[in-house]
Amino acid sequence: MRIFDPHIHMTSRTTDDYARMAAAGVAAVVEPSFWLGQPRTGPSSFTDYFDSLVGWEPYRAAQFGVVHHATIALNPKEANDPRCRPVLDLLPRYLDKDRVVAVGEIGYDSMTPEEDDAFERQLALAVEHELPALVHTPHRDKAAGTRRTLDLVKASGLEPGRVAVDHLNEVTVGLVHGSGCWMGFSIYPETKMSPPRMVELLRRYGTERVLVNSAADWGVSDPLLTLETAREMLAAGFDEDDVDQVMWRNPVEFYGQSGRLDLSAVTGAAEPTFAGSSIKRGGE
Amino acid sequence: MTPPERLRAALRDTPHAAWLEQALAEPGRFTRSFAAAGRRTGRAPLPGAPGWTADEAVRALLLESLPPGRAAAEAHDLYRHGDADEKRAVLKALPMLPAGADALPVTVPLLRDAIRTNDARLLAAALGPYAAHLDQAAWRQAVLKCVFMGVPLSEVDRLDERADAELAAMLAAFAAEREAAGRPMPGDAAALLGRLTGDRTPEET
Ligand SMILES: [Zn+2]
Repeated sequence: MRIFDPHIHMTSRTTDDYARMAAAGVAAVVEPSFWLGQPRTGPSSFTDYFDSLVGWEPYRAAQFGVVHHATIALNPKEANDPRCRPVLDLLPRYLDKDRVVAVGEIGYDSMTPEEDDAFERQLALAVEHELPALVHTPHRDKAAGTRRTLDLVKASGLEPGRVAVDHLNEVTVGLVHGSGCWMGFSIYPETKMSPPRMVELLRRYGTERVLVNSAADWGVSDPLLTLETAREMLAAGFDEDDVDQVMWRNPVEFYGQSGRLDLSAVTGAAEPTFAGSSIKRGGE
Repeated sequence: MTPPERLRAALRDTPHAAWLEQALAEPGRFTRSFAAAGRRTGRAPLPGAPGWTADEAVRALLLESLPPGRAAAEAHDLYRHGDADEKRAVLKALPMLPAGADALPVTVPLLRDAIRTNDARLLAAALGPYAAHLDQAAWRQAVLKCVFMGVPLSEVDRLDERADAELAAMLAAFAAEREAAGRPMPGDAAALLGRLTGDRTPEET
């Protein structure tokens, strides 16, 4: 089984996690930039973090045979802090990097005017840099936040197929399903979504435009819940191909829209690359 | 041939040469072209330029094209905001930068930064010909770090010319530590120590 975790914060995880993930078949990850738990107080702590997402972390992942890409953005929570907002002007430089495959995580935390502004500006950056967008939905007032998210996405001019709306649940999935955006689900040990509930949603909504992630970070989380969800799918009667679609081909298709997804280390150069994700290799 | 001429020759008749030409024709997009080079040319080794990949070669030639007054500052900026591949390309391009000795206070700190990292690719790239500008103490520490991190000593430019008694003493101490731990000394480091102390090592007999 091959697994692509489309949303996991490896910076907060240990090398033991990388080793266990690789052994479980997690061969590729995307690490969205996000909040670190401790508030940052200025743009340079963001850029040091971004540098690590495009420098040290892919190198660390590669030691374990895991391919690492990143998404870059000012997260919604810190968009409210005037000390952090100047980082918005520094984003374009990072959005040009080879291993940056989306703008994200953007979206809402408390739905303030500051968040509206940062969200809007960063959707525009996604259009300008020809990148997809990864959108976080709020933990509180989730349904309202999701509706407002979809309105803003619609107004941005970014194609719905280039947007993933993440951390969905039974209440919000229907809204996103109808919008044409990708539906992201974070499988958590306690909160958000569990493997059995996820399987139920896959039954109801199908396996297309679905992204399943562990969103593992510095909180209570488990980088192997993608694998557990895959097993739960098989036990519920989905076949290997369904599992491969959800756990591998879907994230490849979504992030492949960046034109920057380089999975040659995993797939071998001989394997045909996915439409839109092919990287022209030297001399070819 | 100078190193840039060698890279240009290796790129000739590849699609990368056309892309490079296009990038050079748009100086206003210099930073964006530098960042995009990896996905435009791929990262495969460049036949005709041993030790260079296609993206490194076009990035080095982009840097080499800069006006002398701006080259060092631009290299510094590209390194500071670069991903690991960009940083490595800057380090490898330093010897061909159109900049004189007055640039050293700007460029040598890049080597020192790379040596401080734990990224073997950056460490190796910092020990190319430009490492001639590192003082001997920093250079010795960097060589020892290569041994620690498993970077082959063949990556170190002018190794035998520059290796001295002090480095021999450091390597001998490292060998003693390794022996106490029951771990082998890397073959190339043992061989270097042998050459420095006049002992024959198993690799050489
Ligand atoms: Zn997250």
